[in-house]
Amino acid sequence: MKTRLTTALALVLGLASPVAAQDAILNVSYDIARELFAELNPVFAEKWQAETGRSVSIDQSHGGSSKQARAILEGLPADVVTFNQVTDIDVLAEGGMVDENWREAFPNQASPYYSLPAFLVREGNPKNIDDWDDLAAEGVQVIFPNPKTSGNARYTYLAAYAYGLEKNNGDHAAAQEFVRKIFANVPVFDQGGRAATTTFAERGLGDVLITFEAETGGIARQYADAKLERVTPSLSVLAEFPVAVVTENAEDKGTADVSKAYLDFLYSPEAQRILAKNFNRVHDEAITAEFAANFPDVKLVTVEEVFGGWDKVQEEHFAEGGILDSVFVNQ
Amino acid sequence: MTPAAAPAALAPRQDLRTANLLIGLAVALTLFIVVVPLAYIFWRALSEGFAVFAQNIMAPDTLHAIWLTTVVAVITLPINLVIGISAAWLIARFTFPGRKLLLTIIELPFSISPIIAGVCYLLLYGRQGLLGPALAAGDIKILFALPGIVLVTLFVTSPFVAREVLPLMQAQGSEQEQAALTLGASGWQVFRRVTLPNIRWALLYGAVLATARAVGEFGAVSVVSGAIRGQTNTLPLQIELLFNDLNIVGAFAAASTLTLIALVVLVLKTVIEGRTR
Repeated sequence: MKTRLTTALALVLGLASPVAAQDAILNVSYDIARELFAELNPVFAEKWQAETGRSVSIDQSHGGSSKQARAILEGLPADVVTFNQVTDIDVLAEGGMVDENWREAFPNQASPYYSLPAFLVREGNPKNIDDWDDLAAEGVQVIFPNPKTSGNARYTYLAAYAYGLEKNNGDHAAAQEFVRKIFANVPVFDQGGRAATTTFAERGLGDVLITFEAETGGIARQYADAKLERVTPSLSVLAEFPVAVVTENAEDKGTADVSKAYLDFLYSPEAQRILAKNFNRVHDEAITAEFAANFPDVKLVTVEEVFGGWDKVQEEHFAEGGILDSVFVNQ
Repeated sequence: MTPAAAPAALAPRQDLRTANLLIGLAVALTLFIVVVPLAYIFWRALSEGFAVFAQNIMAPDTLHAIWLTTVVAVITLPINLVIGISAAWLIARFTFPGRKLLLTIIELPFSISPIIAGVCYLLLYGRQGLLGPALAAGDIKILFALPGIVLVTLFVTSPFVAREVLPLMQAQGSEQEQAALTLGASGWQVFRRVTLPNIRWALLYGAVLATARAVGEFGAVSVVSGAIRGQTNTLPLQIELLFNDLNIVGAFAAASTLTLIALVVLVLKTVIEGRTR
């Protein structure tokens, strides 16, 4: 306790950093990953110390990933980015901050873990919600944020649409009608995922909350009293969590090696175990088997397969007057 | 009871009922809009016991956020005082072309949303901004560091001092100062012995308001801070971060700290108000 107090005091006074760090990197990340990296970073620091004899301190910045990308373009000195939107790293690549072939720099298209839109229902699942069709049924109230402002909700929209296509043999008109029915069951569209969680868990509104599977575990834990239950639909859209070294900054600061090692570390069994424990799906088969209970079987489709890539999705679905606007009946 | 007295006796009673109703309504509204939410912050912060609360406050990132917010307030205050007094003095004591315009510009930050202030600074000082390349060449860090946070906070808080001091200076006029000058006082002596004592309570009031705003500023700071925890995360940003992380006790513990600061400011404000009247 006394040492902690001293450290805290030193930190507060800004007199000394906690350890005389030889390496320091800044990981700029999306807004709900703080706990995750708080758990991962010390493990990497220990490993780096053992391998190189150098200590490393990892600073974290969290915010909406589009806002974060903008900040990096304007000078936020990120060494690595760990985002939840591929398009936000593409923006950095266009701005010359990240190598344009960043998706080939690390395995699995530079995505060390992935997730998918999944459901969280009330205790005992009183409305028997198991799959996307149950959300379109009459009398079911569905909660997810506004796809106009939330990347999380865009995935929800795409997953519902992909399911509609699959059920109707690729008939787009029928898929849109299906999505429209789900949207009509949403009583309120919050700004972001956190606000939707509050609406569902604290205000007690709605029968089902749709968010990333990776978050359903944490939410269920936080609101343990409510005994919320996790439900994984039969089909969903793969949501990648891409990473990249911000080469422009890392080379400038001489941190390219430690930055790359840090991202490589996210693929190591230790890191994958921490990720899986926090309900993120990983590619490591042994770890996946170990946490099989966290990850029910699901058919995953990608944005590329079903929608022809993010540029096309943006143009056809999310642009002003796009398909989203036509199904977004009660906004 | 005379007929003439009856309505007179009735009228105040009726008034009293309306008054009580209105007072009750106001009390109820205040209770639910202000008092209950504020009390709830402390209740939630302490919901898992004082030890957990203390542990959350003493978390290095939260502690640093408290420290950073204090530093920002301490740096902005003297600058605000100087700017505020100078501006008020200029406008109250001199007539010159563009005086009205200056007054409008001083009040501009009141009407501009803080987020716009943040974005302006981002576009001006950012790497891709107007001054970006020059700053990068000189290795001067403004954005995503303390200077940027201080700058936007100054922008947002700059009108408070002038706004409080100016009306008083205008009402008092310059007779006393002119008298001091004719008696041979120097400029500095006039300011220190005549002007300052006259405006001191208004000045203090403006300073308290500016500080309260500096401590609580969220929108503008969130754009330029970069939110590096333990480095550029101010207390309001830290609260949002903890809240987004579903760390409710942590968020409410940090929020209770900010609320305490606000309550202290409120008490100061009330005391000062009492003195000015």
